[in-house]
Amino acid sequence: MSALLDVRDLRAGYGPVEVLRGVSLAVGAGEIVALLGSNGAGKSTLNNNVSGIFRPTAGSIHFDGEDITGTASAAIVERGLIHVPEGRRVFPNLNVRENLELGSYRRARARRSANLERVVATFPRLAERFAQKAGTLSGGEQQMLAIGRALMAEPRLLILDEPSLGLSPLLVEEMFNLIGRLNRDGLAILLVEQNVAQSLEIAGRAFVLENGAIAHQGAAADLVDDPGVKRAYLGI
Amino acid sequence: MLEPQILWPALLNGLTMGAIYALIALGLTLVYGVLHIINFAHGSLLMLGLYAVFFLFKFWKVDPYVALLALVPGMFALGYALQRLVIGRGSHGKDENILLVTLGLSIIIENLALHFFGSETRQIETAYSSAMVNIAGASLTVPRVAASAGALTCCAILWLIMARTDLGRAIRAIAKERQGARLVGIDVEHIFAMSFGIGLACLGAAACFLLPAFYVSPQVGHTFVLVAFTVVVLGGMGSFVGSLVGGFAVGVVESFGGLMLGESLGQIGVFVIFIAVLLFRPSGLFGHKV
Repeated sequence: MSALLDVRDLRAGYGPVEVLRGVSLAVGAGEIVALLGSNGAGKSTLNNNVSGIFRPTAGSIHFDGEDITGTASAAIVERGLIHVPEGRRVFPNLNVRENLELGSYRRARARRSANLERVVATFPRLAERFAQKAGTLSGGEQQMLAIGRALMAEPRLLILDEPSLGLSPLLVEEMFNLIGRLNRDGLAILLVEQNVAQSLEIAGRAFVLENGAIAHQGAAADLVDDPGVKRAYLGI
Repeated sequence: MLEPQILWPALLNGLTMGAIYALIALGLTLVYGVLHIINFAHGSLLMLGLYAVFFLFKFWKVDPYVALLALVPGMFALGYALQRLVIGRGSHGKDENILLVTLGLSIIIENLALHFFGSETRQIETAYSSAMVNIAGASLTVPRVAASAGALTCCAILWLIMARTDLGRAIRAIAKERQGARLVGIDVEHIFAMSFGIGLACLGAAACFLLPAFYVSPQVGHTFVLVAFTVVVLGGMGSFVGSLVGGFAVGVVESFGGLMLGESLGQIGVFVIFIAVLLFRPSGLFGHKV
């Protein structure tokens, strides 16, 4: 099958420290794929290599059939692979509107105003905060802003890195509803989460990363029943 | 000595000079705000700009104000190339390296100027150099008034760029959140170089406005860079409004200082402010806590 995102035997790390030791995973069009794993398993390292923040030492990354291994992040964004990073990384000194506008800095700039309306329709709260500096928003609002900023670029694949981190249980629920909604509109999503139970509920397939390698993979429904996954991540 | 007919011209003199200071300081604060480095070569690059205006006038009779058309893009290109090819590469991502690279650049530029242009002070004589204009009873030279009007116009253009364009938004964005910037597809190295280029373009404009009313020598940069540092410290590092207010404040203090203590001691007040700000309000008037 020709997947939208195809990562093969990826090796990467920081200096001499190898974090990813040959990771392969794929996300197909219109799919939600969950990437699970504990702290330090290499989830964020994988994302940062896929989105061009870091360069992998070996292996390949293909997006929509094109080799993007080691490509600059600007060119990756241009292709429609948009990464919402852990910790949101919104621009604290810019107001909400400017943050959203910069979402279309590289891609879909011509349709900026139409997309702005669309994002505001998805996140009405952001409209109320338009003139407010992003740094003054609450954690949940910043997460919405980070996702809204990503949507401004008309993503073809959205990488969501720990979107529920630090949110109240109510907001976590809202976040997962949103992810489901975005996916039903046809958006492919790679969901990186520590919130294992809910992620497996929403995802079609899942990968479990342990110590820089894929330890389990398969249909999300099967992984829920996998004794290893159960023991390690679901606490049952 | 404190009669209005003396104070009023001194105030105007200070304000007109302050506008130029503000423009020079804006270039400095922009580079600081984005790259988090102090560009020690700022003064030497201004000196280079002044020489460029001087020689354009001397050899090709290019009017200093017409020279804006060459100096602003020329200095912008120089700044872009310097950041991209020398400063960015030489620093290897370490801020203290950038500091040393710019310091080294300033020494090289100054000594090259000394070698090629000699140490003498030079001026240009235009038709309007000594023309006067009367503003509510105070006589000011035309170049002075033109310089401050031009400097303020440049500040306004710069503000529009920063507030209203994607370039300006990107510049402000990478000042605080580089990784977030990369993830929306901003080419951070390109924007660094753009910021440095714009900072130097300010100097190019300032050089054109200054020369008809000022002089140039290889050391002329020192005069301005110390004042520009004071303006930036007073206004708050990285603050746009701070540079404007600081520029005017320093211009006026210098002018009144010159009036009370004599021309050569006029700058004492400026440095008293500098030290006082560092002691009592180190983040400046409009700066954020560091």
